[in-house]
Amino acid sequence: MIRIRKPLLTGLVAALVIFASTATTTTVSWAAEKFIVLQSTTSTANSGLYDHLLPIFTKKTGIEVRVVAVGTGQALKNAANGDGDVLLVHAKPAEEKFVADGFGVERFDVMYNDFVFVGPPSDPAGIAGTKDAVAALKKIAAAKAPFASRGDNSGTHKKERALWKAAGIDPTQQSGAWYRETGSGMGATLNAAVGMNAYAMTDRGTWISFKNRGDFTITVQGDKDLFNQYGVILVNPKRHPHVKVAEGQAFIDWVLSQEGQGAIRSYKLGGQQLFFPNAKGGPGNM
Amino acid sequence: MQDFGAAFGEAFRLVAAFDPDLFEIIALSLRVSLLAVFIAAAVGLPLGATLAVARFPGRGGAVVFFNALMGLPPVVVGLVVYLLFSRAGPLGALGLLYTVTAMIIAQAVLVTPIIAALTRQLIEDMKPEYEEQLRVLGAGPFAMVMTLLWDARYSLLTAVLAGFGRAIAEVGAVIIVGGNINHVTRVMTTAIALETSKGDLALALALGIILVAIALVVNGLVMGLRDTAKRMGYA
Repeated sequence: MIRIRKPLLTGLVAALVIFASTATTTTVSWAAEKFIVLQSTTSTANSGLYDHLLPIFTKKTGIEVRVVAVGTGQALKNAANGDGDVLLVHAKPAEEKFVADGFGVERFDVMYNDFVFVGPPSDPAGIAGTKDAVAALKKIAAAKAPFASRGDNSGTHKKERALWKAAGIDPTQQSGAWYRETGSGMGATLNAAVGMNAYAMTDRGTWISFKNRGDFTITVQGDKDLFNQYGVILVNPKRHPHVKVAEGQAFIDWVLSQEGQGAIRSYKLGGQQLFFPNAKGGPGNM
Repeated sequence: MQDFGAAFGEAFRLVAAFDPDLFEIIALSLRVSLLAVFIAAAVGLPLGATLAVARFPGRGGAVVFFNALMGLPPVVVGLVVYLLFSRAGPLGALGLLYTVTAMIIAQAVLVTPIIAALTRQLIEDMKPEYEEQLRVLGAGPFAMVMTLLWDARYSLLTAVLAGFGRAIAEVGAVIIVGGNINHVTRVMTTAIALETSKGDLALALALGIILVAIALVVNGLVMGLRDTAKRMGYA
């Protein structure tokens, strides 16, 4: 109970407080700048598109874009809660519902790429080199070949389910057998697919930038059913008054403008263009 | 597994090159977790000691409750803090979601029960030795709690370090409330999750190796300080 060496403890606490406060000032300088929160998908972030695109926009306007990269399902939910100013995702029906429900102002096409099926070189379903996505799914089901699904209600997962529906198959009945729902992001699902020699559906951008491909290759591509459209929406300030309308709209205008569309077009990885701009009649073009 | 060799090489290269992005992420990790542990200790130490000393109905239940909360899943804490700070949530007006503050709060919530529960056990084991003497000296409950905390300070460091270990290692809470935003809320664990999802396993593992090294340094520093303090105390 002898109170000694208190200075030591006090010194430690003081050091911690000083460390914390200096660290805080650096953040304040961040927070002081203009910024918007962009709710978006893992495919656009993981492919490196934003690392290419956003610095150009920030340099021009002084607006920092803080990207929260999650699955489209979660991004839509977050944006509906008002936890973002702009939404950039790829699930057109869900986006249109988002606007119709009053959560978003208006939806604009931004760009597209396409989905591909990837699979192991052994190709147990015999679909390598084919084009018809629905036919390929039927073959996978018939062969009971392992298929890794996102299973997370993301844009890619919604698309995949639509294709299964078109094939007249309910793969969830085989969930845990050959149909494996990872419940994770695109990258984690690809890691799992490579690990268990399973087919998977992915957007081409993620696949090109993905580093753990093992000996997997693209097995199915080129079907118009595999078209992957991205849209951008301003979160509705009528529903969420804190939405940064001017800054958010500035981003949307820019991404739909010739300059923004050109920046999307110019992003290449390994010599390949990942996203194809297709904005039409956006406010930036008027 | 060539990834292991590549990872060690990559870890060394990143540190040796003083990669500014890496050091920004390390600084943020330390800042978030150290502050969270500081808050958690400020609450958890007195709370645990009080729980050890006080006698009240339902105390047994409270002890079990805090012990159980040691197993609180980070992702659940993240979800609850998200729902509180979401614009649609009760504290949404504060605009704290996707900020460092929200991450500190989430980790503090996660760590407080760990420090409280470990403190409670430590103090309870010490109490019989002190109780009679303190009572003779006429110490009230407050003085008793403070005295026990002070005398157990070296052992309690381990409880605080356990809390720090939990905070610096968790990803589930900070990725939900912080959003893993580059240059704003990205910390070591969320960067590791991101690189794994990009399939860059060597870089992810390299970051993991660096994170473990940081935990070693922090623990080593604290233990070194403790030993010095002890020696000076007995001198």
